[in-house]
Amino acid sequence: MAEFWVNMGPQHPMTHGLWNMKVKIDGETITDAAPEIGYLHRGYEKIMEVREFQKNVVLTDRLCYVSSITWSHAYALACEKMMEITVPPRGQWIRVISLELQRIASHLMWLAAYGPDLGLLTGLLWALRERELFLDLIQLLSGARMNQNFPRIGGVRNDLPPDFDKYCAKITKHFREKLKEYRRLFHESRIFLMRTQGVGRISLADAINWGVTGPNLRACGHDVDLRRLEPYEAYEEVDFEPQVWKGGDGGDSYARFMCRFNELEESCRIIEQAMKKIPTGAYRAKAPRRAEGEGFARTEDSRGEALFYVIGDGDDRPYRVKIRSPVFCTMAATPIMLRGNKMADVVSILGSVDVCVGEMDK
Amino acid sequence: MKRLRERFPKAFTELGSPRTRVVKGVIDRKDLVEVCFYLKEELGFEHLSCITAVDWKDHFESVYHLYSYKTGTTAQINAIIPHDDPKIDSLVKLWNAAHYHEREAWDLMGVVYEGNPKLERILLPKDFLYHPLRKDFPQETERQYISRRKLKTGGR
Repeated sequence: MAEFWVNMGPQHPMTHGLWNMKVKIDGETITDAAPEIGYLHRGYEKIMEVREFQKNVVLTDRLCYVSSITWSHAYALACEKMMEITVPPRGQWIRVISLELQRIASHLMWLAAYGPDLGLLTGLLWALRERELFLDLIQLLSGARMNQNFPRIGGVRNDLPPDFDKYCAKITKHFREKLKEYRRLFHESRIFLMRTQGVGRISLADAINWGVTGPNLRACGHDVDLRRLEPYEAYEEVDFEPQVWKGGDGGDSYARFMCRFNELEESCRIIEQAMKKIPTGAYRAKAPRRAEGEGFARTEDSRGEALFYVIGDGDDRPYRVKIRSPVFCTMAATPIMLRGNKMADVVSILGSVDVCVGEMDK
Repeated sequence: MKRLRERFPKAFTELGSPRTRVVKGVIDRKDLVEVCFYLKEELGFEHLSCITAVDWKDHFESVYHLYSYKTGTTAQINAIIPHDDPKIDSLVKLWNAAHYHEREAWDLMGVVYEGNPKLERILLPKDFLYHPLRKDFPQETERQYISRRKLKTGGR
């Protein structure tokens, strides 16, 4: 049968944003694929060159609207390394708490999108319901539900509000109860299992070579978590387990789903520990206005490895900023995941990768 | 770092460790593939994290961040490229991840990666003519810094 190209996007329910997945199909089987991105390119790296260091936090927030704090934190960390300042301990712990809250909110948004992709509309409603609780916590902490503008170079914007530990404990306890229900909803759904298991496989060697990182790499059974390997902030003192697929022969949509899903509970554990261990003291160090030199920071974003590379030339604005987006690199590897699968599985595979167009196109 | 210095006594113009677990080296563009091959195959830097092109007005720099999952160390390789001849060898034979990074660097900065099979626009539209991250590409800086006093007095 003759092969031909099919455009999935730029407007397609599968894409969760604005990008185009061109797939070449032979009957029902995919023989080739080519992602086409750049629809949302806003020229971040150029805009950041004319703004002062501190003001760029507003921009980095908007890189990915579902995980703003993690991105701003990565930028702040890179600037701190360049300016050679250290964050006071309380600031580091507040960052850990806010990062994990944001990670849960981001993963729940992914779960909410992945459910209806596979015909499980209850997933959307439930995940968004619980995400609202975590957004409330973030709002309590920073004053905004989205685009929080919370991390600062040298620390965080404000201290924890009063009684924040009680609210946190209440919500994480409630959320853990709900996670049991989620587990039954997803893991006992026969359709869900059939549509994810064994679909979109990528081998470990391929994944490393193509630069796949984060939960997508851990789904291949490789135990890498930058919070463990290269601990930043206070993650050294936290006892947690990176969620790695242990069932052997991973790398499929189901393994990716499992890694992300288990991270929800792990993040709850981190928040509970951080609330107990948080010391008193200052939460923000003074940052210089001008800086010279270079600094880079890599952090474990909710989608993979985020890297900021900042160069300063002695002015109050960065000379060059480079953003390494995890989704941008994962997108390069999607043709490998897609090849050989059926047309209907495109949704299942790309949903499990957790695409965020804002950070991909910069 | 010691092994790198022994293996390539002449290639590095600068080699040091700015922070713990970070190695930084500056090389010329002709040694790039050789050095990276050694780093990947012998020293275990298996993950190509990022490729950045930097415009230093008198020369370009292509910065490679490599990462070793086993030891948790980062190698930063800066390759110097002359401004009037912005070409450098591609790394797609070593890491497939280089495909997209090099396309992006060419798209925004205009450094040609020789050997990349598909060096096309990736973020910008296909008919775009310029490389906007270069420093001679104009940027509207003034508009963002109009103070109130300036508005009232007309700039005096």
